[in-house]
Amino acid sequence: MIKLKLLTISLCVKDASLTDTYVKLLYISKVNFVVSSFKNIFNASKTLIAYLNSVFKDAGNVSLFTIRFFKEAVKPPFEIKEFVKQCYYIGYKSLTLVGITGFIMGLVLTIQSRPTMAKFGAESWLPGMVGLSIIKEIAPVITALICAGKIASGIGAELGSMKVTEQIDAMEVSAINPFKYLVVTRIVATTLMVPLLVFFADGIGLLGGFMGINIHSDFSLYHYFSKVFDSLEFIDVLPAVIKTFFFGFFIGLIGCYKGFTAVNGTESVGKAANTGVVVASLTIFIIDMLAVQLTDLLF
Amino acid sequence: MQEEINASAVINIKGLCKSFGENNDVLKGVNLSVKKGENLVVIGKSGSGKSITIKCLVRLIDADKGVIKVFGTTINNLGEKELNAIRIRIGFLFQNSALYDSMTVKENLAFPLMRHSTKLSLKEFDDAINESLESVKLIEAKDKMPSELSGGMRKRVGLARTLILKPDIMLYDEPTTGLDTITSREISHLILEIQKKNKTSSIIITHDMTCAKLTGDRIVILRDGIIYAEGTYDTLEKSEDEWVRSFFI
Ligand SMILES: Nc1ncnc2c1ncn2[C@@H]1O[C@H](COP(=O)(O)OP(=O)(O)OP(=O)(O)O)[C@@H](O)[C@H]1O
Ligand SMILES: [Mg+2]
Repeated sequence: MIKLKLLTISLCVKDASLTDTYVKLLYISKVNFVVSSFKNIFNASKTLIAYLNSVFKDAGNVSLFTIRFFKEAVKPPFEIKEFVKQCYYIGYKSLTLVGITGFIMGLVLTIQSRPTMAKFGAESWLPGMVGLSIIKEIAPVITALICAGKIASGIGAELGSMKVTEQIDAMEVSAINPFKYLVVTRIVATTLMVPLLVFFADGIGLLGGFMGINIHSDFSLYHYFSKVFDSLEFIDVLPAVIKTFFFGFFIGLIGCYKGFTAVNGTESVGKAANTGVVVASLTIFIIDMLAVQLTDLLF
Repeated sequence: MQEEINASAVINIKGLCKSFGENNDVLKGVNLSVKKGENLVVIGKSGSGKSITIKCLVRLIDADKGVIKVFGTTINNLGEKELNAIRIRIGFLFQNSALYDSMTVKENLAFPLMRHSTKLSLKEFDDAINESLESVKLIEAKDKMPSELSGGMRKRVGLARTLILKPDIMLYDEPTTGLDTITSREISHLILEIQKKNKTSSIIITHDMTCAKLTGDRIVILRDGIIYAEGTYDTLEKSEDEWVRSFFI
């Protein structure tokens, strides 16, 4: 277009009658530009609509998946053996990871809060503050995020690869309900194990806090814990406990949904694991936000 | 139930259609029937919809159109319970074996058995597993994980797993693919033996013409979504249609 312009301009200098042609050309190019930008907008909105469509479709499918879970979960026979196995894998095998992060959380939080507290001369409140933040917020959210990374991705990849290699189909044709065997057991296991892991992280986190405090001052363990528990009230702890069940439920649900609905092809296994983590992490934050708002309203 | 089994056609498919998306009609009206105790071989080019057909037969995939009758019951809209009662009597050997990765060979076999034959004693249970593994000559791989097996061994374990429930109908999806000539022949003879011993009716999908010749009472050829030709091995081999004959070279 620029070349054409230069050409026409240079021609214009030589021959005035060509100016007319130039104006026409310019007009055409303008019209073209307008048309193409309309086209672009149209295309963009089309992609947007397609995207929104897929989001709503996904939401609908997840809801159906959830309904199916509740239906199948209450129907005997129950897959007790597989459930226990999953509890072992999900709960016991995550203890080290959750323990280490819990300890570091408590330690770091205490060390970093001390200077500020000291500035206000409120150092003696440090245990209470650390205890409150660990139990109400930090331990549940960090543990849930770690579980999202470890468990949701693990379930997503495991079920995804079972789906892709037709193992789920094989169960179905041998008249074994794969939803019950694979999905229900895992979701129930995460729903029960994540709260336990959070409880464990609470304990280790508080120990970490105790170590952090003892770097600069001398607190006995008994003194520390009595200070922590003095600052906690049942009303503070209850919502924090309740939300961990929701964290666990959604970690299991999302991992299972992504894996169970993976389409054929090996790359969809990686995708199931990956989107499982992303969606689960996001969901944890959303639940956390809703939980805070709700407790604010109710208590 | 008994007279249903005695009725001559155990499997009856009429006008089966299946498409994936708008311009991807895979099956366009397949008609098939398998009599009691008959081995039906299905051949056709790769991607012609052979696997899809037998997946429709156990409702792993829902058909778009057509009527599918198994043991005289139309399975198209059957509820879960009734469907499972039929599925127990059908053995399905998957093209890629579909062994459960997280279980040993023995557990793979025990998994369906445990759920459907709850009355067995521990000894009978072990015997059933050993017998099934012996029939595919893999008794030594009993405690191995599927990842430690070769492709052919996996296929044989898959076969043992399907046989353990002594099904009335066997659906074999390429039972001999990936096996050496000798093992292939052994599998073909095993298929024949199963047919004789249990009066099993089978659909055998294969690209292996030796297997087709050995096992098939009747052969159908799938092309462009329909049954293009049908007959015994000998008649099809001498068919006037060049395309049909090309399978037999
Ligand atoms: N889930 C699916 N989504 C879309 N298309 C599919 C799906 N499954 C199968 N198809 C298509 O259906 C056709 C038939 O597939 P099928 O697996 O039945 O082939 P086949 O005859 O068994 O071939 P092969 O001998 O290679 O196993 C293929 O063209 C395939 O692309
Ligand atoms: Mg196939």
